[in-house]
Amino acid sequence: MDSSLVLIAVLRSTLRQSTPITLGALSGLFCERVGVINIAIEGMMLTAAYMGYMTNVLTGNLILSVIVAVLSGGLMALLHAWLSIHFKVVQIISGTVINILAVGLTGYFYQPGAVTKGKLQSVTVPVLSDIPIIGDVFFNNGPLTYLAVALVFVVNVVLFRTRWGLRMRAVGEHPSAADTLGINVISTRYINVVIGGMLAGLAGAYLTLEAVGSFERLMTNGRGFISLAAMIFGKWTPLGGWAAALLFGAANAVQTQIQFSGNVTIPHQFIGMLPYVLTVIVLAGFVGRARPPAAIGRPYEPE
Amino acid sequence: MSPSNISPTSQASKLVLETQGITKRFPGVLANDRVDLTLRRGEILALLGENGAGKSTLMNVVYGLYQADSGEVFVKGSPVRLQNPRDAISLGVGMVHQHFQLVPVMTVAENVILGAEVTRTGGLINHRAAAKQVADLSRRYGLEVDPTATVEDLPVGIQQRVEIIKALYRHADVLILDEPTAVLTPHESQELFQIMRGLTSQGVSIIFITHKLKEVLAVADRIMVMRAGRMVGETMPDESTEKSLASMMVGRDVLLQVEKMPANPEKTVLSVDGLVCLDDRKHRVLNGVSFEVRSGEILGIAGVQGNGQTELVEVLTGLRFAAGGTFQFDGKSFRKSNPRRINEAGAGHIPENRQRYGMVLSYTVAENMILNRYYDAPFTRTMMLDQTAIETYASALVEEFDVRTPSIHTPSGSLSGGNQQKLVVAREVGRKLRLLVAAQPTRGLDVGSIEFIHRRIVDERDAGVAVLLVSSELDEILFLADRIAVMYKGKIIATVAADQATRDELGLLMAGITT
Repeated sequence: MDSSLVLIAVLRSTLRQSTPITLGALSGLFCERVGVINIAIEGMMLTAAYMGYMTNVLTGNLILSVIVAVLSGGLMALLHAWLSIHFKVVQIISGTVINILAVGLTGYFYQPGAVTKGKLQSVTVPVLSDIPIIGDVFFNNGPLTYLAVALVFVVNVVLFRTRWGLRMRAVGEHPSAADTLGINVISTRYINVVIGGMLAGLAGAYLTLEAVGSFERLMTNGRGFISLAAMIFGKWTPLGGWAAALLFGAANAVQTQIQFSGNVTIPHQFIGMLPYVLTVIVLAGFVGRARPPAAIGRPYEPE
Repeated sequence: MSPSNISPTSQASKLVLETQGITKRFPGVLANDRVDLTLRRGEILALLGENGAGKSTLMNVVYGLYQADSGEVFVKGSPVRLQNPRDAISLGVGMVHQHFQLVPVMTVAENVILGAEVTRTGGLINHRAAAKQVADLSRRYGLEVDPTATVEDLPVGIQQRVEIIKALYRHADVLILDEPTAVLTPHESQELFQIMRGLTSQGVSIIFITHKLKEVLAVADRIMVMRAGRMVGETMPDESTEKSLASMMVGRDVLLQVEKMPANPEKTVLSVDGLVCLDDRKHRVLNGVSFEVRSGEILGIAGVQGNGQTELVEVLTGLRFAAGGTFQFDGKSFRKSNPRRINEAGAGHIPENRQRYGMVLSYTVAENMILNRYYDAPFTRTMMLDQTAIETYASALVEEFDVRTPSIHTPSGSLSGGNQQKLVVAREVGRKLRLLVAAQPTRGLDVGSIEFIHRRIVDERDAGVAVLLVSSELDEILFLADRIAVMYKGKIIATVAADQATRDELGLLMAGITT
């Protein structure tokens, strides 16, 4: 195969593989920046993937399917918020509950052989897509891929330039300070956790409505957890999280490409491990240096 | 407005804040019992009282953090209902809490505008306008601070200014300062007092909460005293002395300065020679510290916090390894030792952070009493704790050291600060010692507890113990120490005999100025 074609294939694959991780990292960001640990990105993503898929099977309306997926992610997040903010359940436990619940529910209701009515198609941006390589890689993608990239920049502005973002960060760093200034800590946490869930829902929608077009049991395959790693590696910033997601996406793309080319003697299981090994290395090497929001994991107790 | 709503005592508009009959009950405690307070425009009112007297509760009611069970708050003559701090802020009441309510990773300007942001369309924050407003405020009220600095990089005194600016930014004309000098150096406190006078000259009224009597006399225009949830008196600074204020606060006569005989130093117990050590960030915080403490004397280490005192104590008690130098305790070197060995050699340690290093908060009083000796007879016999022995011992100490606790089986975390500290003191000096290392032994305590703990420290000295007292309270050092060493930037820059030392001289030395 022509090497520039290989390059384009790998880069395109990188962007696509990174999309759910980017969205997942943003999801984690919304929760953790207000002080709520979200290890349930995986479960929210999986639920949304299933709900989006089933809506597509039943109605064939892709836009409605995306909306349902996003809302179902938000609903799972509402459960997480309710458990961890209202009942002050340890947030790791609450997140685990949601992950298990998602696996159970989607596995139970999964209907093998259900037929979908299509998936979101690539949208080619006129003119820009004619640029060699770049055009192919960046301007010929599905709508959710564009949306994910756009959201990275939107969230960056929201978080660091707006009133909302300032209040979010204050709630995650020093909730009682925010409280004494009249910021409602509880509602700030609820709203942002639910937004986080909706972003995870969007990642789920991407999987079943844009990338694959069908649902399988456990199809998120650890992407939620890798998202969390990307968020941490990106130091709880949208741009950092995106960069990390691209790195993980690249690992996945390379891994796929190596397996695809077929002329390597390493067992494919080992090559398939690449993104996960990278996660372990990244987390082991960098987590200690990043500084999470100060109030993370602690329920708010007004004085 | 119906006549009953008009405050009977509000003379024209002179009263900016008034409470009438505020009662607030917590489970088991009557924190405020029909408290009346008045604040006049442009005055500094000192609200004086021991810990647990109900000062903070009252202020939290005025600031909307607590709702009173009964009673009324009037702001500028009108009765108000305060559901939360936002209500208080909108009425012009601002509060600087004892624990700063600042987000460390944000800038000064961000902290100031938080919750009342200067925005452009779409909720975008106008950082430039915010910085300018903060700069204007700091110029107008003489509160020097850089709006773009990150809060965690600033010294405590400056962080406090940020808190004041926060209130002023919200147009506060009533400012509540909750124990503002507890975290300040003497010099910073003086600067704060100047700022406070500057504020009142521009029409701001200030409630200054404290239990430091000198400060009250120095800065207050009027003084109100609380005790056990009640307002027990009102007085003027020129009619009061430290002694009269202290007895109003405590309800009996208090010795502000425990009586002690001249020291009778004998042989050297602790000798420290060229000690060097690094802090957690690998910065050199002890830079060749040398001194001796002899049996029967108190050596006081004075100095502004953060000049290496914490690390010095940690090294001497085995909590941190020295990077260089030696120290000998009764002639034996303990440089690379552990706390248990040093403890068993007869050193007691009253740590500066009693809740973190002094006790296990979830353990009972009895369990905490034996933390340093639980493994030995009579408390442990053949690997089992002997509850009877523990209870007998703990009860005796609780009695002797006047630790006020419902029972020896109460978790230590639920005791008041003063009683927690008495528990630590009881455990440490409740056995025969050779050396006592006391770090900030009365920080945050009320007059009554301070008197008690000072008495015990002097008693230990008189019993022949060598005492190393580390304190950032100059008064404490002057009252207790026989010799005073001043620490500055990891070095002892001077040692003086206590009876020849003056406050001014020590103050200069603490700022690093040697003549």
